[in-house]
Amino acid sequence: MIKKKNQPKTEFWQKAPIHISILIISFIWTLPTVGLLISSFRRRDAMLKTGWWSIFEHPFELTQYHLGNYLEVLQSQGMGQAFLNSLTIAIPATVIPIAIATFAAYAFAWMKFPGRQLLFIIVVCLLVVPLQTTLIPILRMYRDLGLSNSFLGVWLAHTGYGLPLGIYLLRNYIGALPRDLIEAAEVDGASHLKIFTKLIVPLSMPAIASFAVFQFLWVWNDLLIALVYLGGTSDVAPVTIQLSNMVGSRGQDWHLLTAGAFITMIVPLIVFFGLQRYFVRGILAGSVKS
Amino acid sequence: MEVISRILEVILAIAFGCGGVIGLFYLANYGINALPKPWNRHFLPWVYIAPAMIVLSTYLIWPTIQTIYLSFFDGRSQNFVGLKNYIFAFTDQGMLVAFRNNLLWLVLVTGISVSLGLIIAVLVDKVSYEPIAKSLIFLPMAISFVGASVIWKFIYAYKPMGDAQIGLLNAVIVNLGFEPVGWLVERYVNNFALIAIMIWLYTGFCMVILSSAVKGIPENIIEAARIDGANSWQIFWQITIPMIRSTILVVSTTVIILVLKVFDIVFVMTGGNQGTEVIASRMIKEMFNFRNFGRGSAIAVILLLLIIPVMIGNIRRFRSQERLR
Amino acid sequence: MKQYKQTPLLSLCSIAFISIALLVGCQPAQESSESTKKQVTILGVVIGEQQKKLEQALAAFTEETGIEIVYEGTDTFATTLPIRVDSGNPPDLAMFPQPGLMKDFAKEGKLIPLTNFMTPQQLQDAYADSWLELGSVDDTVYGVWYRASVKSLVWYNSKVFKKNGYEIPKTWDEMIALSDRLVAEGKTPWCIGLESGDATGWVATDWVEDIMLRTAGAKTYDRWITHQIPFTDQSVKNALETFGKIVRNKNYVYGGMVGVLSTPFGDSIQGLFGDKPNCYLHRQATFIASFLPEDVNITEDVGIFPLPPINAEQGLPILVAGDVFAMFNDTPEARKLMEYLASKVPHEVAAGLGGYISPRKNISLTLYPDQLMKKQAQILADAEVIRFDASDMMPGAVGTGTFWSGMVDYVGGTDVDTVLQNIENSWPESTQ
Repeated sequence: MIKKKNQPKTEFWQKAPIHISILIISFIWTLPTVGLLISSFRRRDAMLKTGWWSIFEHPFELTQYHLGNYLEVLQSQGMGQAFLNSLTIAIPATVIPIAIATFAAYAFAWMKFPGRQLLFIIVVCLLVVPLQTTLIPILRMYRDLGLSNSFLGVWLAHTGYGLPLGIYLLRNYIGALPRDLIEAAEVDGASHLKIFTKLIVPLSMPAIASFAVFQFLWVWNDLLIALVYLGGTSDVAPVTIQLSNMVGSRGQDWHLLTAGAFITMIVPLIVFFGLQRYFVRGILAGSVKS
Repeated sequence: MEVISRILEVILAIAFGCGGVIGLFYLANYGINALPKPWNRHFLPWVYIAPAMIVLSTYLIWPTIQTIYLSFFDGRSQNFVGLKNYIFAFTDQGMLVAFRNNLLWLVLVTGISVSLGLIIAVLVDKVSYEPIAKSLIFLPMAISFVGASVIWKFIYAYKPMGDAQIGLLNAVIVNLGFEPVGWLVERYVNNFALIAIMIWLYTGFCMVILSSAVKGIPENIIEAARIDGANSWQIFWQITIPMIRSTILVVSTTVIILVLKVFDIVFVMTGGNQGTEVIASRMIKEMFNFRNFGRGSAIAVILLLLIIPVMIGNIRRFRSQERLR
Repeated sequence: MKQYKQTPLLSLCSIAFISIALLVGCQPAQESSESTKKQVTILGVVIGEQQKKLEQALAAFTEETGIEIVYEGTDTFATTLPIRVDSGNPPDLAMFPQPGLMKDFAKEGKLIPLTNFMTPQQLQDAYADSWLELGSVDDTVYGVWYRASVKSLVWYNSKVFKKNGYEIPKTWDEMIALSDRLVAEGKTPWCIGLESGDATGWVATDWVEDIMLRTAGAKTYDRWITHQIPFTDQSVKNALETFGKIVRNKNYVYGGMVGVLSTPFGDSIQGLFGDKPNCYLHRQATFIASFLPEDVNITEDVGIFPLPPINAEQGLPILVAGDVFAMFNDTPEARKLMEYLASKVPHEVAAGLGGYISPRKNISLTLYPDQLMKKQAQILADAEVIRFDASDMMPGAVGTGTFWSGMVDYVGGTDVDTVLQNIENSWPESTQ
């Protein structure tokens, strides 16, 4: 966060209402998660008998906390393998749709070709297709192509399901970039590819980063697609499947879920913080929309 | 040794997957550039669009066409039944409840998450601890839904009067001297309880996208307005909102679509009982639990049709944007 | 920001096409070894603790034959299996948690009849006729039963019963009398919890089925399952109302209507224990033992009795559920495994591991590790009439749909005729 702060200090007090409202919203939004975090350190029976806030009555009675839930999740058979599998699935399944969507969004926004509007409408309408309806036809195709139970099959499936949103978000952002920037580059004789890599991609980083975060999250937390296209055997199963199998179909092991939820959250949060720097104010020198 | 080879395999797989697709574009572009001039102008857009269209056709367009086709057949897709599945979808008591609930979801979730997301995006832009506040509000999105459902079970949990309440809301209510409420069971409140979960989940999404748009507003415009004596309130209404109007529309559309597709919240929290069904949860039930492909497909097609008016608004917006450029 | 660095990924472009080609060959390691090894794939619903027990029961098979068993457990079995089968990629064997779905596949011709490779004598020696019928479609046997679960059980806290001198009821009237006595003492007799995510309501359907067997009898029950009598039939209405007398009675049920609908079925039984029990009786199947609080001693604290008869002439019918194996791919390895599953070995191993009752003939009661399991196995062995969970046998739209949600509505106060009419309307027109 580099922001020029050349205002006097009284600014802070003038901003009091802003601080208070941010504080209240943040508090409400984090309260459920804090509850989960505290619960993840409590024992199973205590969890079912008393509310998580009851620890504040004797917060320093350390016997009521234990790391058992975390240990049990981490030490369970194949958790390390599952993490590797999740990464293997999630990274390409994020990068591939970003690449394809950015190119397509650029074409939709700045190139003239017949049927452009119609194609774009179709792309966005596809957002609403419930992916559950597509499973069986695609699986049949995979069987014929020999793609079932391969990582490539899962990557492509996630790409297909993530593309409409990617193209839609990025087309909106790229289309809003100032025309004169791009025209100036064209006058300099830059090719489309050059404009794209040297101008469009750097300028669209905030939008690309936000799409990257969401796509990564959806893939990382997805259970259905992995289960259907990869199968749940331990050498390919991602963390989500591993965890849901540990908890059991009857949900008696909720205490494991609480710990598992936090363990699986770590990676998406690293991604979010890693891309944080692209969410700052982009510098569009001297570009005012006419 | 086993582990090292696994990790290597993973790195290789990732490198191939990511490198492959980017390389493809470069190769295609190289090939186009080798063509004579008038050709490449016509071809180039298609090179940029082709990969997207190929993937979309395979994974979404073709299955959708199949779904439309199946919606005119019976449960096992054997006999043609005409519009019977659609008649069912618009007359069945359970479906009517689902339509009503979805309307409630659409209005409340879209309205609240988008406006809250916008307010937060504008507010945090002004403070130095922005990343922290943003991360806290974004956090719900990072939790897998299975984890989130546990959280909310512990918020809405009901224990009869006299027991220790393990649900946060009921603990508060009982401490204030009221009877505990069955948040997910009582018909007058359960839909709102579910809607609250979705708002909590997706406000972070709206905030992140809107925030990147707010940051795209050139500094000098705002400076100019300030010099002209506009206060923050006026700047918000007269500069911020108009400047990011198209992003607001995009975010609203995305949330509307997410709401139309929502089913897991309903499944996990109430199972669709006590009048909490929504359209998508009915679709999943018909298709997978009852194995009635005709009805399931018909409901999926209705979802598709519901989105068309929203899309028309979008396209108009993009067209007027084009004229402005 | 301006100087946006090129990612190293961009430099990878040269290997574009080669990489895609390589990737298709770069499958998970298991694929390459598959062709050489003899193996059987199983898709099943048991995971976690139960999966380990199942694998132990199957271990002897691999030792004996050298055939590897690849078991994949999933809690979304009812969705995953149809998708795999419809896409032409079924497992060799599937372990069904209820026969309804298995019968659907059998009717569609996707399953291999057992009689293709097993003699009727072999099957007769292993299973009682009632179990063979439960795994058959049109007199052809498809299913090998692996595990049984007794549903008609009432659980109680034996220490509390001893201390207060409560008698184990032998008839329904005695049970109601005991409930009234508890109410008079200022206590709440029953704990009932229906909450079970997207399956909420199944606990109540079990109650109704049990009462149906005890009032209308097994013959009517069978006609009810096959829709020869409508759901609005007087006998069904009668069963619902008998259940209503318990579940809709505020004094009878802990937490009243909202409590019944909000309590997860697994938490419900916990009300029997503790210093001040919330309730004294809980009707639930075998598996609920795994939900008992950790500090409860199974041999000393927990007692069970079969849900008592209502109508003397119907005797004491027992409602059961169970897991059944059926075969999709006719390979020599899969045949061997099916024969093994019908043999004594896996049943005896599993019986010794606890939390399991075998549906097979001639499994000695002495193998069961604790009193509770022995007693349940005894109840099952002594039963004159055995019937399978009706909602598992009805078409999915009813059995895993409107029957469940209808029961929730009924408990929530909707009147009985509306509930039954709704279920009746949802019955699929032609059950092919």
